[in-house]
Amino acid sequence: MQFQNQHPDCNRPLPDATLVACLHCDLLQRIPEVPAGASVRCPRCDKELWRHKPDSYNRSLALTLAALVLYLIANAVPMLGLHAVGREAFTTVVGGAQQLWSNGQQMVSVLVLFAAVISPALQISFLLAILIGCRRERPPVWVGLLLRHLEFTRTWSMIEVMLLGVLVALTKIADYAHVILGTALFALFALVVLLAAIQSCFDPREVWERVEWAEKKAQRPADAKPIAEVTP
Amino acid sequence: MGQGLQSCHGCGLLSRPPAGAHEGFCPRCDEKLEFRKPKSLERTLAYLIAAAACYIPANLLPVLTTSTAGGSESDTILQGVVLLWSPTGWPLSLIVLFASIMIPSAKILALLYLVISVKRGSIKNNSQRVRLYRMVEIVGRWSMVDVFVDTFTVSLIQLQPLMSVSPGPGLLFFAAVVVLTMLAVESFDPRLIWDSANADEIQNEVKNA
Repeated sequence: MQFQNQHPDCNRPLPDATLVACLHCDLLQRIPEVPAGASVRCPRCDKELWRHKPDSYNRSLALTLAALVLYLIANAVPMLGLHAVGREAFTTVVGGAQQLWSNGQQMVSVLVLFAAVISPALQISFLLAILIGCRRERPPVWVGLLLRHLEFTRTWSMIEVMLLGVLVALTKIADYAHVILGTALFALFALVVLLAAIQSCFDPREVWERVEWAEKKAQRPADAKPIAEVTP
Repeated sequence: MGQGLQSCHGCGLLSRPPAGAHEGFCPRCDEKLEFRKPKSLERTLAYLIAAAACYIPANLLPVLTTSTAGGSESDTILQGVVLLWSPTGWPLSLIVLFASIMIPSAKILALLYLVISVKRGSIKNNSQRVRLYRMVEIVGRWSMVDVFVDTFTVSLIQLQPLMSVSPGPGLLFFAAVVVLTMLAVESFDPRLIWDSANADEIQNEVKNA
C-alpha cells in the first residue's frame, strides 16, 4: 500500500521524543525509562501514561493467534441449547441477532451483531495484522493506521458483557426448560480471558516508536539524539 | 495547549502545529489534530439530552413479550428484575438492576455534572472529577447487559405454539440510551476540567514510577 503525503502542512514533531502531554489533563511531562512491568503515571491526574510490558510482541502474537482460533470456534458452533416439551433448540451468537431481526428489531439486532461479532473480529484481525507488520525492521504506515483504530474496536467489542447477559438469560430460562451449554459458551469464556491477557501484554507505544511515519520527511532517524528545544 | 503543542489521540505524539494554525495533522499517524476535542461540551450535552429522552420510554415500555397459549404478557426492565428475584437468582437480579437502571442514570447525571462544572469554570476537585470521568468510561459498557439478556431469551424461547418470547419496543430505546451515553463519554474532553485552573500550573515534570 502506498500512502501519499496529503498534508504537506502537517505538524512538526518535537526534537525531544520523550516529551508528552497527558491526554486527561494536558500536563506536559517526560516519560522516563522504567524497568519492565513498571508503569508511568501522570503526577497530576494519575492517568497511566505508559506501562513497560516485557516481550510484548511475542506474547501478544501468541495470545492473539489463540484468540483467533477461539473466536472461530465460538462463532461456528452452538452456544446455547434448550430442551423442553420434547423439542430441542440451539442458538449461536449470530442466531441471537438473527432472531431479533426477524422479530422486527433490526436496529438492536445490528447493534448486538456489531458488539458481539463484528467488533471482536476487527479487534483480533487488526491486532494480528499489526503484530505481523511489526516483524519488519520498520513497520509500514498501514500498521499505524490499524493501530489508530484499534481503540475503537476495543471500546465496542463487548464479549464479556454478552457473557454476563447469557448467564442472566440462562437463569431466567432455567425455570421453564432444561438448558444445554454449548461449546461456544466455553470458547467465549476463554476468549474473554485471552483478550484481557492481550490487553496486559500489548504495548502500543513500542509499536508507535518504530512505525514508519505518515509524513516521512518529519520522521527522525532511528539513532537521532534528542536535542533540547528552545521554548519561546 | 499552553505551549502551543497538540497531542495526538491516535498515537500520543506531541507535535507543533504550523504557526497560527488551530488544526493540524499528526506527522506520525496522520490523525487530524486540535487543541481540544471540537465542540466537546455542546456535543456531550446533545448526546446526554437525547439519552435522557430515550431513558423514559426505555423504562416504561416493555422489552419482552411472552406469548403462551393462555395469552401474552409484557415485561419492562424493572419487571424483569423483579421476575429474576428468587432465593437463588437474587445476585443476578441485583446485577441487572444495577447495570440497566442505576448505571445509565448515574452516567447521565455524572456527565451532566462534569459538563456544568466545566461550563461554570470550576477549579475545585479536579482530580476527583477526572476520576469520575474514568469511572463512567469503564463502567458504562456494562449497561449493554440487558440488551444481550433479551436477545438470547428471545432466540431461545421459540416453542411455538406453546410459548414464545418476542422483543418489545422498549428494547430499541434502551439500546439507544446505552449507545448515546457511550458517545457522550467519547465526546467529552477531560482536559477541559483542568483548563480553568491557571495555565501556569503547566510545567515540565518528570515522574519516576
